[in-house]
Amino acid sequence: MSELMIYNQTFASDLHISADVQKEIQELWQSRGMSDMDLPDLQLALEEGLANAIKHGNKMDPEKTVTVECFLNGDIVRVVIQDEGPGFDPNDVPDPTLPENLDKPSGRGVMLMKAFMDDVLYNETGNQLTFIKRCTFNR
Amino acid sequence: MASDVTRFNIQTIDGVTIAKFIDNRILDEATIQVIGEQMYRLVDDHGFRKVLLDFEAVEHLSSAALGKLINMKKKMDAAGGQLGMCSLRPELLKIFKVTKLTKVFDISASIEKALKGF
Repeated sequence: MSELMIYNQTFASDLHISADVQKEIQELWQSRGMSDMDLPDLQLALEEGLANAIKHGNKMDPEKTVTVECFLNGDIVRVVIQDEGPGFDPNDVPDPTLPENLDKPSGRGVMLMKAFMDDVLYNETGNQLTFIKRCTFNR
Repeated sequence: MASDVTRFNIQTIDGVTIAKFIDNRILDEATIQVIGEQMYRLVDDHGFRKVLLDFEAVEHLSSAALGKLINMKKKMDAAGGQLGMCSLRPELLKIFKVTKLTKVFDISASIEKALKGF
């Protein structure tokens, strides 16, 4: 089975636009029959990925854009999120579970994505995120 | 009481303010911002010092929402109060376990069990 791009959108770094984009993608997944078990996990990863791209990647600069692409290959969902920031090294993100970081209010997004997705990858620059999850679809 | 707190159902049992989340998904930034402000108001404006957050309705929350909860805990600690959480669904509990925030928050299975800790 070949992979199909089901969504492709480039938008300004604005959290309200991001919310609209997430709603569109959610509706698309639902229309394809994604199970209620998987949908919240994908929504969480999408929110974390887009929030990181807008806030940390593009530093909320409305001149910079975020591109999100969603693919479907059988039951495998793949999402690619690209920002226009300089990128980062995901290995440099402080471990939020260390005692000294436990009470810090931020820095858990990547960890949550990794917990709920099958795979979370970054390109070499660190400004393109890919997450993958095998889901159940009611078709 | 707490009529300005619209994103929670508020009730008091045995001197403990039980704030039940109404939203089932606390994911997007705008929702999180409002919920955070209303949650802080319970401590700052209403002066509640024993607060139990009831997550029964909540299906998912994001890392930004975790940040608000951590700030709420700090506020309560600074005020000399006590903050508890209860009725987390398994998928929600997984978020707290993965992030090891189970070490930070007092989490109980039910309201009844949580009230015994106050």
